Amino acid sequence: MTQQQTAGPPAAGHADPAEEFLDRQTPLSRIRNILHRYPALSPAIVLLVAVVVFGLLNERFLRVENLSLITQQVSVVGTLAVAQTLIILTAGIDLSVGAVMILSSMVVAQLAVGSGTPAPLALLLGLVVGLAAGALNGFLVTRFKLPPFIVTLGTLNIFIAVTLLYSGGSTVRGSSMPGLLTWMGSTFPVGPVRISTGVVMMLLLYIAVAFILGKTAWGRHVYAVGDDKEAARLAGIPVNRVLMSVYLAAGAVLAVGAWIQIGRTNAASPNAGVDLNLDSITAVVIGGTSLFGGRGSIWGSLLGALIVGVFRNGLSLAGLDVLYQTLAVGVLIILAVSIDQWIRKVKS
Amino acid sequence: MTATEFQPAKTEVRQPILQARNLVKTFGRVVGLDGVSLDLYPGEVLAIIGDNGAGKSTLIKCLTGAEVPDSGELKVSGQTVHFKRPQDARVHGIETVYQNLAVSPALDVASNLFLGREERVPGPLGKIFRVLDTKGMRRKAKEELTRLGISTLQDVTVPVENLSGGQRQAVAVARAAAFGSKVVVLDEPTAALGVRESNQVLQLVRDLRDRGLPVILISHNMPHVFDVADRIHIQRLGKCAATITPQSHSMTDAVAIMTGAATA
Repeated sequence: MTQQQTAGPPAAGHADPAEEFLDRQTPLSRIRNILHRYPALSPAIVLLVAVVVFGLLNERFLRVENLSLITQQVSVVGTLAVAQTLIILTAGIDLSVGAVMILSSMVVAQLAVGSGTPAPLALLLGLVVGLAAGALNGFLVTRFKLPPFIVTLGTLNIFIAVTLLYSGGSTVRGSSMPGLLTWMGSTFPVGPVRISTGVVMMLLLYIAVAFILGKTAWGRHVYAVGDDKEAARLAGIPVNRVLMSVYLAAGAVLAVGAWIQIGRTNAASPNAGVDLNLDSITAVVIGGTSLFGGRGSIWGSLLGALIVGVFRNGLSLAGLDVLYQTLAVGVLIILAVSIDQWIRKVKS
Repeated sequence: MTATEFQPAKTEVRQPILQARNLVKTFGRVVGLDGVSLDLYPGEVLAIIGDNGAGKSTLIKCLTGAEVPDSGELKVSGQTVHFKRPQDARVHGIETVYQNLAVSPALDVASNLFLGREERVPGPLGKIFRVLDTKGMRRKAKEELTRLGISTLQDVTVPVENLSGGQRQAVAVARAAAFGSKVVVLDEPTAALGVRESNQVLQLVRDLRDRGLPVILISHNMPHVFDVADRIHIQRLGKCAATITPQSHSMTDAVAIMTGAATA
C-alpha cells in the first residue's frame, strides 16, 4: 500500500489518503468534532433549550415585552463581552473591563454636565479614556511581559480609584445630561417589539468584530497569537503589535459600552458595574471561547450573554430567589468550561 | 593541496545560496556560537549535527532571523543581509520548520500555510476592508501541496490539531517549501515521529532537493542524517568541528568528531 502511494501520483492511487486523514470515528467523537469546528453551536443549543424550558415554566417569559427587556438587560454585558472575547482569544483575560467602562462613562457625564463640554466631544473624550486604559493594559502586557490577569487586576483597582477620585463618588443623573448621552437608552418599535438603541449598537459591534475576526488577516493573527504565541512569532506575526492592538480595540469597545451603560441606567454612577467584569467573563466562557486562547467565536459570546440574561430573567419569573440565579450561573460556568476541556481533547 | 581543491571546475562556478561567516552569538556569559561559518549550495541537503548545547539551534536561529548574531556576516546569493526577525529571512526566501512545529493548532491547513502572509481579495473590498481571499488561499494551498507531492493532506480546511504528527510535519514543511522559497531549514523534523512517518518526511526532504531546493537539516538521528544528507556540518562547543560527507566518514566517525574523541 505504501508502495502504491509513493509510486503513483495522489490522484491515481485509489487507496484513499483521506481515510487515514479522517480517522475512525465514533458517534461521540463526531459530535465533539462538530462542536469543535463550530464553537458557537453548544451555547446556541443551551440558549434554545433554556428559552423553551422557561417558556413552558411561565407563559409570561415568551411575551415580546419580556424578550425585549432581556435584550436591554443584556446590552451592557454583551458589549463588555465583545472586548473580553478579543482579549480572551489572545489567551489573556481582562478583569478591568467594567472599571474602564465606568471610568469612561463618568468622564463623559462629568464633562458634559459639570464643565458643559458639547456632548459629541464628551463622547469622543470618553473614547480617548477607553483607548488610554487599553493602551496601559496592552503596554504592561507586551513590554513588561506581565500576565494579563495580574496587569488587569492591578489596573482594575487603579481605575476604580481614579473613577472615585475624579467623580468624588457622586452620581450624575440622566435627566441632567444632553440627549445624545442617554440616546442609547431610548427605544423604538419594531413591529410589536421595542428595541433600544443600545441593543442595536451592541449588535453593530458584534457584526463589525465578527467581520474583522473572520475575514481579515488581523483577525486570523489574533487567533494565531492566542493559539500559540511562539508559533505565531516564528510564522512572522508581530505578536506584540497584535496584542497591543487587541487591548486598544477592547478599550474602544468599552468606551462604546460606557455610552450604552449611561443610556441603559439613565445615569452615570461610579459605584455601578463592578460585578460586570465577572459577568463579561462568564458570557465569554459560556459562549464557548476557550480561556486558553485561540479558540472561540464572537457570536458565542453574544449567545453566552443572552444565556445569562435568559437564566436570570427566567428564574426570577419562575419565582425563584436571586440566590438561585447566581447558583445557576455558577453551574453554567463550570459546565461550559468542562465542555470546552472535553472538546479540546479532539484526537491528535 | 591548493591544486587539488581547485581541480573540479564545477564547484568553483557554483555559488552558495546561503553563506555564513564567523557568526558569534553570546547569551550573557554563555557562548552559543563562537565564529561559525557555513555554505549551502543549490540542490543539496546539508545536515547539521552536534551534541546538546553545541550550538545547532542557535546557528539555525541566526540563519533564519529568530536570533540576531552579535557579529559575523550572512549572505544570500552573494548579497549581504541582516536578519532582525523571521520575517526578514522569509523575504529572502529562507523558510524554517522549527522543532516545536510553529503551526497554529486551531487554524486549518490553508490558514497555516498562509499564516503571516495572508492574501486579500482584489478590489476595494480587499484594499479598504482588508477582506481575506479565503477561497483563493485554499485553492492555492491545494495547488502547492500537489506540486510538492504531499498526498497525505487532502482537505485543507481541517484544523491542524486534527492531524497526525507526520501530517502536521508535512504542513510545516509544505509551508516552508511553498511560495518560491530558496532555502528550507528543518529543525529536528523526525524527532517526534514514528518510523513510517519519519520515512515520509525524509522522502519529502529528498523530493525538495530533487526539485532544486536546498535543505538544511538539523537532527540527532544519525541514520536519518546519513540517509539523506549530501554534506554534514558537525557543531562542537559552539564551533564547526568539521564538514564531512556520508561517503568520506562513517557514523562512528561523525559521533567521534561530535563528542571530541576525534578530529576530521
